[in-house]
Amino acid sequence: MFGRDEKPSQIRLTAVQYIILGIFLLLAYGLWKLQVSQSEYYSAAAEQNRIRNVPILAPRGKIVDRNGRPIVENYRSMTALLLRDSARDLNADADLIASGLHMDVKEVKERIRRFGYTPQYQPIYLKEDITPDEEAFIEAHKTELPELDTIMAYRRLYPLKGFMAHLIGYVGEVSEGMLNQPRFELYNPGDIVGQSGVELEYNQLLMGKNGSRQELVNSHGQVVGKPLDEKPAEPGKSLKLSIDVDLQIAAEEAIGDKNGALVAMDPHTGEILAMVSRPTFDPNDFAVRITRGDWNKLITDPDKPLLNKAIQAQLAPGSTFKILMAVAGWQEGIAQTLNVHCNGGADFYGRRFGCWVKSGHGEVDLTKAIYQSCDVFFYTLANKLGIDRISKYATMFGLGQKTGIDLPQEVTGVMPSEEWKLRNFRQKWFAGETISVGIGQGAVAVTPVQLLRAISAISTDGRMVVPHVADPTGLPANYLEVNHYTDVKSVPVNTDGWNLITDAMSRVLLPEGTAPSAHIAGVDIAGKTGSAQVVSLATRAKHQNNADLAQNGWFVGFTPRRNPDIIVCALFQGGEHGKLAARLATQVIKAYVDKQRRQPTNVATNDGKAEIGALWTAPGTDGDGKKLQGGRFEVNLPKSQAPLALAAPGLGGVH
Amino acid sequence: MSRYISYRDFDWLLVIFVLIICGLGVLEIHSATMHTKFAGAHIRQIYWIIAGLIGMFVVSLLNYQRLLEQVHWMYIAAVASLMSVLIFGQKYLGARRWVKLPGGNHFQPSEWVKLILILAVAKYFADLQQRDLSWSDFVKAGAIVGVPMLMVLAQPDLGTALTYLPIAIMGLFLGGIHWKQAAVVLLLAGMAMPLAWHHLKPYQKDRLVSFMEPDADARGSGYQVKQSLIAVGSGGIFGSSDNSQTKLSFLPVPQTDFIFAAFAEGHGFVGALGVLLLYFVVLMRLTQNAQTAPDRAGTFLVMGVVAVLTFHILVNVGMVLGFMPVTGIPLPLMSYGGSSVLFMFLALGMVMNVRMRRFVN
Repeated sequence: MFGRDEKPSQIRLTAVQYIILGIFLLLAYGLWKLQVSQSEYYSAAAEQNRIRNVPILAPRGKIVDRNGRPIVENYRSMTALLLRDSARDLNADADLIASGLHMDVKEVKERIRRFGYTPQYQPIYLKEDITPDEEAFIEAHKTELPELDTIMAYRRLYPLKGFMAHLIGYVGEVSEGMLNQPRFELYNPGDIVGQSGVELEYNQLLMGKNGSRQELVNSHGQVVGKPLDEKPAEPGKSLKLSIDVDLQIAAEEAIGDKNGALVAMDPHTGEILAMVSRPTFDPNDFAVRITRGDWNKLITDPDKPLLNKAIQAQLAPGSTFKILMAVAGWQEGIAQTLNVHCNGGADFYGRRFGCWVKSGHGEVDLTKAIYQSCDVFFYTLANKLGIDRISKYATMFGLGQKTGIDLPQEVTGVMPSEEWKLRNFRQKWFAGETISVGIGQGAVAVTPVQLLRAISAISTDGRMVVPHVADPTGLPANYLEVNHYTDVKSVPVNTDGWNLITDAMSRVLLPEGTAPSAHIAGVDIAGKTGSAQVVSLATRAKHQNNADLAQNGWFVGFTPRRNPDIIVCALFQGGEHGKLAARLATQVIKAYVDKQRRQPTNVATNDGKAEIGALWTAPGTDGDGKKLQGGRFEVNLPKSQAPLALAAPGLGGVH
Repeated sequence: MSRYISYRDFDWLLVIFVLIICGLGVLEIHSATMHTKFAGAHIRQIYWIIAGLIGMFVVSLLNYQRLLEQVHWMYIAAVASLMSVLIFGQKYLGARRWVKLPGGNHFQPSEWVKLILILAVAKYFADLQQRDLSWSDFVKAGAIVGVPMLMVLAQPDLGTALTYLPIAIMGLFLGGIHWKQAAVVLLLAGMAMPLAWHHLKPYQKDRLVSFMEPDADARGSGYQVKQSLIAVGSGGIFGSSDNSQTKLSFLPVPQTDFIFAAFAEGHGFVGALGVLLLYFVVLMRLTQNAQTAPDRAGTFLVMGVVAVLTFHILVNVGMVLGFMPVTGIPLPLMSYGGSSVLFMFLALGMVMNVRMRRFVN
């Protein structure tokens, strides 16, 4: 106990004094460190008076095929940019800048305005892929325009002539509209992001993270000394696709310049092995800002070259739908015993429905109905099943739904039912409509990849895979959470029924079938042709067989007929008959079988590095030679002749 | 009692040192604001200092023991004034810190609350009769400082709220806090950290992040620290010849928060160390006064002032040197600003008050 006036512990008071002494020694040490030992460094920093932040752009990741062969690479180019650290009125310099960079003054001012919201240390990207004379202009105007600078950027080098263009997609500067969407909110104006295809879907993986360098700049805008601080760019990660370039080439060559789509898939895993859509476009045009004229041409083209028909075309499946009908009929116990006499047509609900063979097929059972594609048999089956049972099985096999493929903007298609019609048209379903659905006409609309997945499931005892173009191994977890690449649902299929159906399908390519001309000796292919009307036959006659109204040819085939390794879906728009589509599909199947049989010796390996140089004229110029651009690219070439046209725009190919 | 009071016992040495520091501050404010829109601030600063000196003499005449007897009323008034800020306060830059008084003046009570807290803590510990601090005393002492601190935090003004903390720490330390109690406080503080981080404003997080990693955002929050380091560093041993960091306004607010950086650039290691030495002398002189105080309350009172002053110097100079995050705490006596100057002089007035009564008993 102690009294009111007893002082607090003297030891503690002394301790406080020592603590204060310690604090002051610490501060003195800090002063000494800055002002004595590092004084020269900071004096220099102060003398230069300005710290400038210059970005280091990260290259996007490569895109390679399933064997690691490169499909999309980068090459280096120079980008012109404006640094806003100098307190200059950028708009006042806009005229000079625009003339030197061959830009529109309005565009320069617009870009300055657009970047107004971003922090000062972020530069304004003015023009990508500048020409040597523009670079010389910037170099020569360092004093007048200290804010104008160049930076090394990586640009995308896509395969030539629209090879795989829809699947790959293209990149472009992030637009103001995109920046307002949550998934792009972390991006800054000027960022180059994927705009379609896997470039968009896997943008986060491919994009990388820009670094930055702090530089000291004197009052003339010149960089002085070593960078104060450098944060290196994190390059984007490369994306491995499930695509096999060899099959992709086969598919591209098979379809040539016809309209349509070709998709090949591994039915066990859902890995897409090849995917082609026609007509195509050259994504190299998009790597820099595309000219307004070219863009308008692309988007107003009636053939819609930007559309990836493999996932975005919704068309009547025609006779390929009969496979689903056969399965539905078998599972319901109707098709096994159904025998129909076809005399070229039949009457249902007071209307005549014709068979495509006017003379008729005679006596038809399920097997014959499949390989001869008898319409009357399936009219009868459809009538017995009714729309809702048809719809039930088709829906089980994924028709009228997205497949979940890892590509943006897949469409759903349509699988009609009584409820569907009531909901969308507020009308009752007419029994007569069921008859058309039985042969894949009427309201049914599928995408090629949907049809491929459905038939794939039927061919593998009901394995409903999720088609995917990326190799899920090595993908970051956030992608695996969204895309269930390896989720396989099971749909029960009666094995006996399936054996009968596949056996019948294998006869489609035999002389008695609908596509004997697509037969490949020594390869066991099972498939189904289809040809679907775009408009009614009467309308078509009115238009004198206008080619735009010609029927679409379909084919879905796989090999071998039991437990298949590959399944291909071909859509040949305006191809009139399914057998023409079958020829496209079997070429891909042949390439696959050839590759398997010749074993790995023919498979190109990724072990050759080559540097190629190229000169080309700037896009949009008429080739007067004034705006020549140059670049050197390092490419990985397989030892055998590179099948891929890896080159810059305007370059003939790799030699 | 007052017949024993004599101005011979006034700590004239302390006043002289304090005025030297203030003078250096005025000169630095003058040169840093010369060609800016703040030009003339040094004249206003001189007025504040004169007002402060008058306030100091007035406070020194009051008997602090009488003052302490009334401290509970002052404490209630302090809490009420903080409450009034929360309710009627003017919102400025997203925080309610000011009350508008009739006549157009603004009043920021959180500074004056500091003075009252020093008195309240001194009174509380002076009345404690045992040498060891019991847990309930410990909690009560914490609450005396904690309540107004939370109210200032709610304004929100993290910087000022933190300046209340050293008063409590000093009181507890001298009041005989046991090491077990100290460990509990540290443990609780450690556990509250993530929670506190969650409640920080984005700009406060920025400041902390840029403190940990000044290069992360060299143009945002990190900019101030970076420019401050360049300013101090380029001062060298004897001072920079052109003062470019301060003159070309690379250094932010060189007349208030970063005045030490501006001074260090202009006067180098020798000058800056000199200023630190002046502060050190002032603090040592204050602790000496605490030791010679006539009673327990006087010691606590003076040491409360020491705690606040030391904390301000540590945090402000530490920030300038890159040791501490940017908190907006000014350097006492040097930084421009009426509230800060008046607070310091009134606090010194209380110290004088204690000193002049050292022979009373």
